[in-house]
Amino acid sequence: MGSNMAEAHPVGFQWVMEAKARGAKVIHVDPRFTRTSALADRHVALRAGTDIAFLGGVIHHILSHGLDFREYVRAYTNAPFLLNERYQDTEDLDGLFSGYDPHTASYDPSSWAYESTAARERPGHRAKEQAAPYRHGAGGPAVEDSADGIAADPTLQHPRCVYQVLKRHFARYTPQMVERICGVPREVFLEVCRAWTENSGRERTAALVYSVGWTQHSTGAQYIRAGSIIQLLLGNIGRPGGGVYALRGHASIQGSTDIPTLFNLLPGYLPMPDATHEDLAAYLDGVRRPGQKGFWGNADAYAVSLLKEYWGQAATAENDYCFGHLPRIDGDHGTYRTAMDMVDGKVFGYFLLGQNPAVGSAHGRLQRLGMANLDWLVVRDLNMIESATFWKDAPEIETGEIVTERCRTEVFFFPAASHVEKSGTFTQTQRMLQWRDQAVEPSGDQRSELWFFYHLGRLVKERLAGSTDERDRPVLDLAWDYATEGDEPSAADVLRRINGIDLATGRAVGGYTELKADGSTACGCWIYSGVYADEVNQARRRTSRFEQGPYEAEWGWTWPLNRRVLYNRASADPQGRPWSERKALVWWDAERGEWTGHDTPDFEKHKPPDYRPPEGASGPEALGGDDAFIMMADGKAWLFAPTGLTDGPLPTHYEPHESPVRNLLYGQQANPTRKVYGRRDNPSNPAPPEAHGEVFPFVFTASRLTEHHTAGGMSRQLPYLSELQPELFVEVSPELAAERGLRHLDWAHVVTSRAAVEARVVVTDRLAPLRVEGRTVHQVWMPYHWGPTGLAAGDVVNDLIGVVVEPNVLIQESKVLTCDIRPGRRPRGPALLEYVQGYRRRAGITPLTGTRVMTAGDGDGHGPAHTEPDRPEDSP
Amino acid sequence: MGVKRWVGAWPVYRQLTGADRLGRGRAVQSRRSAGLGPRTADADRVADSVCPYCAVGCAQRVYVKDERVVQIEGNPDSPVSRGRLCPKGSASKQLVTGPQRERKVRYRPPYATEWQDLDLDVAMEMVADRVLDARRRGWQDTDASGRPLRRTLGFAGLGGATLDNEENYLIKKLFTALGAIQIENQARI
Repeated sequence: MGSNMAEAHPVGFQWVMEAKARGAKVIHVDPRFTRTSALADRHVALRAGTDIAFLGGVIHHILSHGLDFREYVRAYTNAPFLLNERYQDTEDLDGLFSGYDPHTASYDPSSWAYESTAARERPGHRAKEQAAPYRHGAGGPAVEDSADGIAADPTLQHPRCVYQVLKRHFARYTPQMVERICGVPREVFLEVCRAWTENSGRERTAALVYSVGWTQHSTGAQYIRAGSIIQLLLGNIGRPGGGVYALRGHASIQGSTDIPTLFNLLPGYLPMPDATHEDLAAYLDGVRRPGQKGFWGNADAYAVSLLKEYWGQAATAENDYCFGHLPRIDGDHGTYRTAMDMVDGKVFGYFLLGQNPAVGSAHGRLQRLGMANLDWLVVRDLNMIESATFWKDAPEIETGEIVTERCRTEVFFFPAASHVEKSGTFTQTQRMLQWRDQAVEPSGDQRSELWFFYHLGRLVKERLAGSTDERDRPVLDLAWDYATEGDEPSAADVLRRINGIDLATGRAVGGYTELKADGSTACGCWIYSGVYADEVNQARRRTSRFEQGPYEAEWGWTWPLNRRVLYNRASADPQGRPWSERKALVWWDAERGEWTGHDTPDFEKHKPPDYRPPEGASGPEALGGDDAFIMMADGKAWLFAPTGLTDGPLPTHYEPHESPVRNLLYGQQANPTRKVYGRRDNPSNPAPPEAHGEVFPFVFTASRLTEHHTAGGMSRQLPYLSELQPELFVEVSPELAAERGLRHLDWAHVVTSRAAVEARVVVTDRLAPLRVEGRTVHQVWMPYHWGPTGLAAGDVVNDLIGVVVEPNVLIQESKVLTCDIRPGRRPRGPALLEYVQGYRRRAGITPLTGTRVMTAGDGDGHGPAHTEPDRPEDSP
Repeated sequence: MGVKRWVGAWPVYRQLTGADRLGRGRAVQSRRSAGLGPRTADADRVADSVCPYCAVGCAQRVYVKDERVVQIEGNPDSPVSRGRLCPKGSASKQLVTGPQRERKVRYRPPYATEWQDLDLDVAMEMVADRVLDARRRGWQDTDASGRPLRRTLGFAGLGGATLDNEENYLIKKLFTALGAIQIENQARI
């Protein structure tokens, strides 16, 4: 679901085809019939943005028919745990959970806690951004108090146990409701339910695949939660053939979160410290607490080792290992916030590193106007991209919004070395690090990012040398002594330091269990620890698949510790026996007293299944022999998230920010905690209960083609690929074509309150109109790779999209919005601005449109508006 | 040339009488095509690499002759890709050797209408100066309640999910030491 795997990950899709050839049933749930649908056993079309209603329906089907894998659920999930009496569900509050504050559009989650945990009232409200879970890293927040005293009902009958709460929460997600919301006929929906449940359990497993079709929504994190709940109820996590597969879109996008270039994370999913963290101890208390189970209990070792890698000998126990050197975040510093701050003149310089936001980010116009208001811009790329040349060829030149001679941005373009001109590792979607050997030297001024940042760091350090300013200490103390080959820093040496070093011996450590909190180890990313074990670059291994078994442990290296299936302890029953011979993966060998199997066990090797932790234990020691989910604070997989999510402990169907229909389940229309950035240059199309939604009557969605890559920087300049997909197009159904007078291969243009974009029309039944609540809903689809330059040029589809983000991870809702479509080309020049302004006028759009996010109960669109606080020009 | 050799040189005859009945191999070879070999055969060396496009991680073999990339192929040893490449991966030789590649630093001063040349070392020095200037202008010591922030909002970064782990590591490390927190990635998008 939410993935066109055959199109976007074609070589990976061969394994789906292998499974199909061996008898697996392949079901594709997606708004559009795609290359993936064509190869699946069944394609199910649903309205874009309604997946949680669909998945909630599957959960309802499982629970109402008792089809869950009960032994697995009881042993490995938090289904038996009791919630406290203060918890109120969306069923009680018209689509809100308890703790909602309409003025901050955020929750106080204290009422979502387990029963035995003292649900302390927080003194006053923390502002929305103070409470946001993106500040927790991957550890998530700890459950309060100790994990071993949680009240539980192993019979799963208690009305306040998670199992029963889940059942009630999804009680109205019936096949009839799925049909009304998603437009999926109930018999088709039930066929999916049957296929999923019949292919799960002791003897069988089912896998779930998603991509950005699930994440780029204002409820994206809860999409994944909903899929995970199903996979847990059916016993499909930690087992061979099971799992939830996030297919990531770029060569090292997994690596870019593991070793983040993200504002809220440090390497290894440690959170960036915030203004409330006075010292290292306070920071660590936010990551792990005494009495908590699991491997986040060793966060002190991970964090201190990182600080030792950052600041070397300057980091000592006496100075808190230079914890005070870290800058503090205190809210949203995401890429869209930053783009708006550029427009507002608050940011002076910008580095773009193999990234083309003028085409690739939502609301391209906002991105380009932001860049046109910088002092300086550094672009590093293989070839010229629109983000480097906006000052002379942006669409805003034509409309007069950017005038080259009056555009003050100083632009530096640095040519980059390509993947064959440098060594280093990518981490791909399966968490596998694969090393690339350098094939040739780059030519001219082409350099790697490693070269650029190593030397930029050197130059900055030289300039600040001798400074007595306290703010320069972190730069002066910075350990920047990587080995070099010529003037190129050694990627292997950087990887070795990421792996970690025992500072006493100078040897590479063997894994994160060897890291210490006493400053005796340095490690750049604890989850990558082991990639240089035995002083060998494990990511460089290339043992042929013809020479090893099905888990291919000697090809590259997979974090953590070369474990290929996460939480694979759950592939065995609580006593350590495989659930079935057919699905055996790891198991307890009683004679040898260790876990063994086909994969590296994701569990302490010598901890027996019947191990019970001593009183007062914490961290890994507190994990029982059947606590398979070793990173969780209670050792269990969370069907219900008692804390850690900003928009609720359970997934709930909300309509997208822009939708043609009212939420049929609740008065609360859309995610009540989404961030809307209400401002004049970021307008929203109206959605119910607001009036005038009919101006933008169609559902819009966009995605990829095989033959191009994201914003086109690596594809639109290549002759082969440009010939294969030469031109931007828009797909519409024959019915919509008839309604709007669109002709196959003629021009049409798509309009939102942000922009109008033209493309060639493809009339196709790949996009079937859906019947939703007694009316026809048309969907419009476009690929998004084009921009004004390159061998294959076209309008920027992302210009259609506004900036509304999911509150947990701040990803934009770019997979679903509303639009109009008209025949013919769009107006040119200033007439384009007037044309789009006409649409805004007809739809009654002001900066307040879409910002009254609470519509539950009496709210119904009259709740507080959430506009930018310090922009008087945005008052209506 | 005898009649038999003359007839035997005729592709249709060879196709009808030989093992290559579909005429896709030896039957249709001319003297010239019989002498052709793949570019990979006389490469000086082969480097193990990985496709830079999507996140599947298809293994590539990069064939080098005279210090130039002459071919990029899928690596059949890979348990991930079994030697396959998609249209993008198959086009990656164009990506790295094509005329679209920029080789020189380009510089556009404020208000200029065209690019100018700039020496790489000079450009690096200029960027270092600008980073420190923007850092200073955007610096925040404390928040409104006097709690330390120790950061700058003066400059930002965005990029690149095709960068190597080692590169991302240095970027985050340097930004963090400078107090710059607005470092973001495609992974958010």
